[in-house]
Amino acid sequence: MEIELSGEQRFLQETVRKFLEQESPLSAVRERAAKGEPPFEPGYWRQAAELGWTAMLIPEEYGGAAGEHPVLDLVIVAEEIGRAIAPGPFLPAAVVIDALLRSGSAEQQQEHLPALADGSVIAAWAMGEAPDGWEPAEPATQARRDGDDYLISGEKAAVEAADVADLFLVTATTPDGVAQFLVPARAAGVSVRPLPQYDLGRLFGDVTLTDVRVPASALVGEPGGIGAVLEHQYQLAITLLCAETAGLTEKIFETTIDYMRNRYAFGRPIGSYQALKHRISDHKVWLEAALGLSTALANALDSEDAHVARLASATKAHVGEQSLKIVSDCSQFTGGIAQTWEHDLHLYLRRSTVNRSLYGSPEQHKERLCRLAGL
Amino acid sequence: MSEQESPEAFGARARAWAASNLPRAEGRGIMEVDDEEELRIVARARELQKLIFDAGFAGIRYPTEYGGQGLTREHQLAWREATAGYQLPDAFNVTHGILAPTLLQFGTEEQKSEHLPKILSGQELWVQFLSEPSGGSDLAGLLTRADRDGDTFRLNGSKIWSTGAHFSDYCMVLARTNMEAPKHRGLSMFMMPIRSPGVTVTPIKLITGGSHFCQEFFDDVNLPNSYLIGAENEGWRVASGLLFHERNMVGGNSLNDHVYGSGGEDDGDVVGELIAMVKAVGRSQDALARQLVGEAIVLEALADPTISRINAQLRAGRMPPPAASIVRLLSGLKGFRLAEIALQIGGTRAVMDGRDDPVGVLGQRWLGARTGTIAGGSVEMQRNGISEHVIGLPREATPDRDVPFSQVLANRRQRG
Repeated sequence: MEIELSGEQRFLQETVRKFLEQESPLSAVRERAAKGEPPFEPGYWRQAAELGWTAMLIPEEYGGAAGEHPVLDLVIVAEEIGRAIAPGPFLPAAVVIDALLRSGSAEQQQEHLPALADGSVIAAWAMGEAPDGWEPAEPATQARRDGDDYLISGEKAAVEAADVADLFLVTATTPDGVAQFLVPARAAGVSVRPLPQYDLGRLFGDVTLTDVRVPASALVGEPGGIGAVLEHQYQLAITLLCAETAGLTEKIFETTIDYMRNRYAFGRPIGSYQALKHRISDHKVWLEAALGLSTALANALDSEDAHVARLASATKAHVGEQSLKIVSDCSQFTGGIAQTWEHDLHLYLRRSTVNRSLYGSPEQHKERLCRLAGL
Repeated sequence: MSEQESPEAFGARARAWAASNLPRAEGRGIMEVDDEEELRIVARARELQKLIFDAGFAGIRYPTEYGGQGLTREHQLAWREATAGYQLPDAFNVTHGILAPTLLQFGTEEQKSEHLPKILSGQELWVQFLSEPSGGSDLAGLLTRADRDGDTFRLNGSKIWSTGAHFSDYCMVLARTNMEAPKHRGLSMFMMPIRSPGVTVTPIKLITGGSHFCQEFFDDVNLPNSYLIGAENEGWRVASGLLFHERNMVGGNSLNDHVYGSGGEDDGDVVGELIAMVKAVGRSQDALARQLVGEAIVLEALADPTISRINAQLRAGRMPPPAASIVRLLSGLKGFRLAEIALQIGGTRAVMDGRDDPVGVLGQRWLGARTGTIAGGSVEMQRNGISEHVIGLPREATPDRDVPFSQVLANRRQRG
């Protein structure tokens, strides 16, 4: 398998890059955060949706524009989002759309897909639980039957876009097994606690559900019968997160190399010192591996490869660990200036650090790999 | 001209032929067998290569006038897929992936028509003589001399770390032909039969007990003009081409028919071995051991996607040829780390049990692990190459670059 982007995919890459340069320059990300404004305006997300960011998974018959390799297309966008430290609920939108497509009823698809696709409705995936509970199949959140309804109770942690979401897709354990529910953000018993902003381009929140009453029609798929769907959502989330992380790492690596070419010490560019060059070369190896893994993972999802779970965990473990090492070393190479608020480096360091633990840390995924290998 | 067979049809024909003609693969690679076994493997490789040649499958991407099939990379990939899991003449990979492409690129018509058919039909194994006892990384600083003597050259000096010179037939040897030129501009590349008068080949016993590498001594070896590959004093260009083919082969892109490493020179099922070892030492539930196994699985999983990505970029021209060093550095770092992980998991048993024990063999492999970070260009040289030629960072100052080589030697003696 050797992957070359098609002409269309290169065009997509350029379009996304230009859009983000114009609509979300790093200076704007920094200013909004400094003023305590939310990372993006609703208009920004609708524009992104108009560019097709949300329609890539949705087949034409549902009004979408899915191509031959939908996940690879999403990965191209995710890499650019990473390079620009861009805001926007791109990952949660893709995961919720994936769930609806794979296990939603016809009514759910008709009701929600068009609004998710045009960006007028923002959805979030309430999956993770404190502390560091990222195994999709084992939620502590409970949903019990009450007449024709379900009552959902539990705590969901570090939910991306929780503060702006109109709709949550909540994983919960029912007496019949694990299930997912569509829960309106304004439903009685739902409360969102925004978390302090670490990544300046994204907001996360803890979501508490206290006896939230939803009808059985809020179920997405059959309780106990959605293991494969859930795993697919999880793998998709990992794929997009890793592509974003690999993209941001590549961008700050390039910026740092430029700096090392132009910064002089003792009469020559610091980039000419072997002590730094050798570290740069090792980073180059692991960066190429990160980009290669993200692409391979996207292809594995697009082709429904049987070993995708192993590849997903290997990718998350590698990218999570190496991105942070590389970005942190870029911070070291750039020196004092990189430790200032004005310099862009901390924006990259922040997102790389958050992404390391989202959807499972490298340590958790190494453990997962052992289980997948039968150990 | 008749129409070319499609890769699919070629692959189907290869699959059918392999099923009834090739034996199934055995487990062990050439680096893990003793000397006698190694010689048997090489003798067997010569027979297998002849068999494949006679059936019309050898030298898939080599021109037909030199005994090849004149086909494409797609055919080569089809062959590799069709013959996976069979015993293949892997001993010919270096010859077919490095030396023969160099001969094809730089050799004279006589050299090519004389040797390429023999190389492809299993009669000639070739090896490169580059590194010297005085240095391997600084290749252009080599000391072996070929002094002109009328119509011939006289070769004196020594080479080292040549793989399998004791069972090979021909070599390419890089030697200094002009002491007064700067180091890169006074070198010439020659071919010669290894068993020429004045050549002594001595296998080197490695830490692990095996002898896969040799040292050679040259004592007034007579090299006719016709042995020159490329022009006199233009040997650096030929050597650079040779090293390019070497990196290409490691990345799976050279002209060799079979996958480099398919005979087990690669890591084999390292993860399977590690898991068996974790169980054998009773550490299945040990969180630290599990983290180490997880790390090994990650390292195994990332190799193919990385190689695919680099190859695609190389082919599309978005990375320069030296980017093949990224693959080389990856394999060096990965192999070493895997050996280290095995040692961390195996503990005392890895170093107390013998090489026939599944845990003990990993301790043995650790002893040999540095081969992977040194052979074929040390990881430090790969790091220089990547940072300078792929990323474009400036070189460090080198005092010997544009100085006559005789002067470089004089300086070396003064400082020494």
